[in-house]
Amino acid sequence: MQPKSDLPQGTLDLLLLKVVALRPLHGYAIAQRLEQVSRHVVQVPQGSLYPALHRLENRGLLAADWKQTETGREAKFYRLTGKGRAQLEAEAASWERLTEAVALILKLSEGGAE
Amino acid sequence: MNWWQRLFRRDKMEEQLEKEMRFHLEQHANELIVAGASPGEARRRARMALGGPERVKEECRDARGTRWLEDFWQDFRYAMRMLRQHPGFAGVAISTLALGVGASTVMFTVVNGVLLRPLPYPEADQLVAVNGHTGIWNAQLFGEQNVANPDFLDFERESHSLTLGGVLFNGGTASGAGEPEYVNSDEISPNVFSVLRVALAKGRTFLAEDDKPGAAPVMILGYSFWQRHFGGKAGILGSSLVLDGKSYTIVGVAPAGFRLYDSEPDVYTPLGQDTAGYLRTRGAHPVHVLGRLGPGRTLAEAQAELSLAGNRLAAQYNDTNRDRSFVVHPLRPDVGDVRSTLWLLLGAVGLLLLIACTNIASLLLARAVSRERELAMRMALGAGRGRLVRQCLTESAVLGLAGGALGVGLAALGFQPFVAFWPGSLPRAEEVHLDWRVLLFALTVSLASGLLFGLAPALRAPACELEQVLRAGGRSVVGSSRRLHSSFVVSELALAVVLLVSAGMLGRTLLRLSSLNPGMNTRNVLVARMALSPDVLADTGRIRAAWQDVLERARRVPGVELVAIVDTFPMRQGFNALGYWPTADVPPENKQPQALATSVSPDYLKVMGIPLRQGRLLNEQDRMGSELVIVIDEVLAQQAFGQESAVGKQLWMPDTGYGPFVVVGVVGHVRHWGLAGDDQAQVRAQFYYPFAQLPDRLLRRWSELMSIVVRTEVRPLSALQSLRQELRGAAGDQVLYEVHTMEQLTSDSLARQRFLLLLFGVFAGLALLLASIGIYGVLAYLTGQRAPEIGIRIALGASPGGVMRMVLRESLGMIVVGVLLGTAGAWAAGRVLKQLVEGMQPMEISSFATMIPVLVFAALLASFLPARHASRVDPVIALRQE
Repeated sequence: MQPKSDLPQGTLDLLLLKVVALRPLHGYAIAQRLEQVSRHVVQVPQGSLYPALHRLENRGLLAADWKQTETGREAKFYRLTGKGRAQLEAEAASWERLTEAVALILKLSEGGAE
Repeated sequence: MNWWQRLFRRDKMEEQLEKEMRFHLEQHANELIVAGASPGEARRRARMALGGPERVKEECRDARGTRWLEDFWQDFRYAMRMLRQHPGFAGVAISTLALGVGASTVMFTVVNGVLLRPLPYPEADQLVAVNGHTGIWNAQLFGEQNVANPDFLDFERESHSLTLGGVLFNGGTASGAGEPEYVNSDEISPNVFSVLRVALAKGRTFLAEDDKPGAAPVMILGYSFWQRHFGGKAGILGSSLVLDGKSYTIVGVAPAGFRLYDSEPDVYTPLGQDTAGYLRTRGAHPVHVLGRLGPGRTLAEAQAELSLAGNRLAAQYNDTNRDRSFVVHPLRPDVGDVRSTLWLLLGAVGLLLLIACTNIASLLLARAVSRERELAMRMALGAGRGRLVRQCLTESAVLGLAGGALGVGLAALGFQPFVAFWPGSLPRAEEVHLDWRVLLFALTVSLASGLLFGLAPALRAPACELEQVLRAGGRSVVGSSRRLHSSFVVSELALAVVLLVSAGMLGRTLLRLSSLNPGMNTRNVLVARMALSPDVLADTGRIRAAWQDVLERARRVPGVELVAIVDTFPMRQGFNALGYWPTADVPPENKQPQALATSVSPDYLKVMGIPLRQGRLLNEQDRMGSELVIVIDEVLAQQAFGQESAVGKQLWMPDTGYGPFVVVGVVGHVRHWGLAGDDQAQVRAQFYYPFAQLPDRLLRRWSELMSIVVRTEVRPLSALQSLRQELRGAAGDQVLYEVHTMEQLTSDSLARQRFLLLLFGVFAGLALLLASIGIYGVLAYLTGQRAPEIGIRIALGASPGGVMRMVLRESLGMIVVGVLLGTAGAWAAGRVLKQLVEGMQPMEISSFATMIPVLVFAALLASFLPARHASRVDPVIALRQE
């Protein structure tokens, strides 16, 4: 198994917004989902998850409701707000532009080596 | 959720946070148990994965964004606890500050009411005053002129950018039922109330048809006069009042408290009904013109329009309006020389506040030093520097606000007596009260002083070396705080010196001014304005006879020694400045030197006790038809004729319209402008001319201005009642009003200096007290810190006297530096005082020489107690502390 890499600065918010965008989730489910979808490649310490969620909630990008889980317990479910959705789209777009640019540069340098 | 909801529903937030964490941990543990872990092991691993729930919670709290407020609340409660635990410190600090803030708030309340508040009319920023200007009129000397009535009427009719109103100050005798009474009447154009946007309390304002010669006489009453004269009678409209023998129908009552040019007239009459000659010529300028800018019009437009109109008038009426221009100003309250007095006092109070702040700063610093250990411990436990500074500042801000609140309370009680105590009457006194501006001022001052005196201790707090402090046990680290403490003491002393020396200079000035000779004998002289019966004013022959009758009757009153009549009299009771020239080829008006003209009956100079220097006084033979004569004072003799003898020379005075005049006598100079003001006055030369030789055309106008002056053998005021009785006249409608004694007027001419001295004295006393407390506190603290060292000295054989000398020497060092700095400050303050206070002498060494020892003595006295305390340190106890 290859070593897990740390998350680049500022991308945790983007990931959280994306995960919650599909449907409302509680904190534990968000942590699990992050782990699953990133195929254990990126390391999200659970400790930094909640402060990040609370910060996004404060900024009005996420909203939270207390709801019953399938097992009948009360949990805090986070969902995306309209403002959050706009933010997600903007950040996703800029992320794509960045990665494309980085990929391009990497290819160039390989080409130069040939 | 909003931030305030987050703040105030803090408990609920905490509960939810706890619940969320628990859910997470249980959920994780359950999964681990399903995967085969034991319950204990599962919980342990879940906790490890989360990384310590308490830390996560703390970070979540930070993420809320209300952290600073919560910290502030915590600091606030902590500060309150500290104050409660040190009631002595809190008491001294808060009361010192309350004193400083209270005094400056009182001053600001007055400054605000008198100088800063707009005029009490709706949309006062649209109101303007229109004044006249000419090259001939010396505006620097006398200010701008009012406007001639015909000019005003032209402007009123033609102006597009302004709605104008005219006001003429007048007065007359109200007679009819009861005692005749002199009333102030303002003659106003119909627009005045509507220009000011003030609605009457009752009835109607004047209409255009009222404002014509020969229209039915109508009158509006001032509210106070309605209350006083008519007892506030409800059905007053339609009744009548006789003013100067003419019966007016009352059509309205002005609202309560309505003031025009800072006074409340007794009655208003229509300006247009007055047929007096000086209202029909463009050569006399008696009308005060005010106006309101039309919607969307600017001051510049109004000015342009009036300039144009002025040019047209100048072309059309060359003889009266040549060179005459008109200026438009925003309408401002006229508060005279009160402005400089108020700013001066506000400045002095500011110094006092600074001393109070310095005092508290040194107290706080002493506490900060003794709390070094506590602060160091907090840092060791992880508090950031910024956090500690914030805590210190919160504490001092709490102190500042507490002191400020108390100070505003003091000010609320204090400003009324202050206004009542003002010498003479404070202009716009009715505008002085607490308002939002005052509260904002007090809040700003208390917060600013809180920050000011909290800054030094706060910056110092985290600056000290953590480890060193903890190791030293907080006892022996004194070096840098000593310097800071000394600088506090030094600046307090310097500020106190400024106030003390200023008070000393004012005191000496007052002493010197009081001992000045006013140039006349002020004892037993009564002066009063006198209004002749309105009946006689129509005919010049009857006027002359009436004044003769007044003089003869007054002379018969028991206790009266001499009587005279006069138009203006000394101590600033009016003036009439005229240009003069010693030869017939008189230069243009603005090139002529000026002298004060006084129209008198023959005995005036004797009544006033003005000494004759040369020639003769005026006498009964100087009458209509005989040679035109004048008596001049020494100043005029010197200015007009130099070393030559003035008696027998002639003077030309084109303004009078007659002359030339032969000088028959020279008398002593009288301090017309008050004891203090006369030396700096612009026009000092004086001359006296016989009322009897006044031409007929001036007689009526002059008769409205005359006063009667009486020298008595008894106390002047005791003769007043019989004088009033004797001078009632045939119709019983002649009245005396504005009664003074010359002694009172002379003393009042120094009222401003006396008032300033009193307040500066009080401020200086307080400054001395505060500075002494400051020195005492600082020295007590510093010697307390040095107790172990002093203990060692005593153990090694130092005598108690030696220790005392050591402490006193230290305080003497601070005193010397403080006094030196203060002397420089006082020198600067003296220059300001000299500019603003009449009669102030240039720097006098004696003020410094008398006031500085007082301060040094008080400061040494304050150092004595700590010094004696230090000399009694028991070496065994002191060394055991170490």
